[in-house]
Amino acid sequence: MEKELRREIILDNYQNPYNKKTIEDSSYIKINTNNESCIDNLDIYFKVEGGFIKDAGFNGEACAISTSATSIMLRGLIGKSISEVKELLKNYINMINEKEYDQDLLKELNVYDEIYLQPNRKNCALLPARAVEKMLKEIENAG
Amino acid sequence: MNREDFEMLKQDIIYFDNSATTLKPKSVVDSITDYYTKFTSNAHRGDYKTSLKVDTLYEGTRDKVKDFLNAESSNEIVFTSGTTNSLNMVVFGFAKYNLKPGDEVIITKTEHASNVLPWLELADELGIRIKYAPLDENLKLRTEDLLKVITPNTKIVSLAHVTNTVGDIRDLEGIGKMLKERNIYFVVDAAQSAGHRKIDVQKMNIDFLAFSAHKMCGPTGTGVLYGKEKLLEKMRPINYGGGMNNFFESDGSREYKSIPTLFEAGTQNIEGVIGLGAAIDYLEAIGFDEIEKHEKELRDYLIDKLSTIENIDVLNKNSEAGNVLFNIKGIFPQDTAIYLDHYNICVRAGNHCAKLLKEELGIKNTCRISLYLYNTKEEIDKLIETLKNSKNIFEVVI
Repeated sequence: MEKELRREIILDNYQNPYNKKTIEDSSYIKINTNNESCIDNLDIYFKVEGGFIKDAGFNGEACAISTSATSIMLRGLIGKSISEVKELLKNYINMINEKEYDQDLLKELNVYDEIYLQPNRKNCALLPARAVEKMLKEIENAG
Repeated sequence: MNREDFEMLKQDIIYFDNSATTLKPKSVVDSITDYYTKFTSNAHRGDYKTSLKVDTLYEGTRDKVKDFLNAESSNEIVFTSGTTNSLNMVVFGFAKYNLKPGDEVIITKTEHASNVLPWLELADELGIRIKYAPLDENLKLRTEDLLKVITPNTKIVSLAHVTNTVGDIRDLEGIGKMLKERNIYFVVDAAQSAGHRKIDVQKMNIDFLAFSAHKMCGPTGTGVLYGKEKLLEKMRPINYGGGMNNFFESDGSREYKSIPTLFEAGTQNIEGVIGLGAAIDYLEAIGFDEIEKHEKELRDYLIDKLSTIENIDVLNKNSEAGNVLFNIKGIFPQDTAIYLDHYNICVRAGNHCAKLLKEELGIKNTCRISLYLYNTKEEIDKLIETLKNSKNIFEVVI
């Protein structure tokens, strides 16, 4: 992806993040992502119904990469089935870790395809992925 | 000053994260290399020459630390893995057996995690109460304000000498005197001060004091617990094993060694202790008056310069030590740190392990510059220039 466009998408999602608000609705699953090595601390909310992500939002403090990645990822997850979420997650993590991945599947998340060039930022980009993993585990444990 | 002694500074970096760890001078590195290349052997073991040399250096460092702190006796110096380990020994080896339910321990909200969490754990275990001394509007602890929380049940006051965030320097002499008059034990976390200013445990009436070698030009993994002899006699070891016992039998009878060896079970961090000795020699040769003066001058210069930049908030303008907390308005501190790193300027972003501070400061995270003897005004000028040009920050960090 062209550098300018990549930066524009990231910055837009950092400055105008998608659905960034506290959701106090007990039908949402709340996941806290708090990474000791970096200082990002986000609460992420998922509404899961009938095996589909119906809604998602987040709130908290985090850097530009973490915030934008969370924004882009959450928007991309809404409407997806759990198995689609798992597939997207796998491909995203592979991309961040320089492994093979399906570019078409990741859509806007492709803006992080060169984050490996800054190894100290990989954790930032992975922050929402870790939250989605936790959410999936909670669903599995509950179900 | 003394920049030529630091190999790391031959690279193109500006190192401003000295509260996290300091760089190591050549003499310290050489002392460790010599141990591994010229006289490797265990301490307290051998009847051969190299082992004797190791013993001499290891115990010689104990004597050096004794003089460094002006302790009464070398028996009061215990080698540990660092400040965290030392403070845990005070809490779980001393306080646990000498405090009773209802007793109070006073700390502050600007303490490092190592001087908070062990106490909170002991409170759950033993039923003691942890109280927080009030801080003034600059988040500093005024000596007289301690009296507001001291009660007849107060048994211990445990404080950082210099806080790793705000950088306020506590009046140890005044506090020590006040606590002595009231028979309250005084525990000091000297992690941020031992390499920066003179400490005199007798003059300051300190009962226990902890510090780490790596924050004062020494190696990581080594630290010291100072304890008054009669208190160390009342402390129990956390670790049991080789090197700390006289004998043990299958019927359970056993006898342990006397202090301080009692607290040094297992093979110790010999290279670390030797390195610590070299670090003390190094710092004392420069002189703590010189180090303090240099840091103060740099700090004032840095605050002056930072204050000229419009979009910078400095959060601890009125502190004394070489820590400066700042944020670029509207920018998450981690992004600032990544931006500065792009220009090889090392600063720390975060809560600096003082997670209670957010309750007082109102903000969770900041960028921290922490200065040391080898930093220069030229380095500060470069930082200021880089911060002034930070309008392009997102072009750099994204």
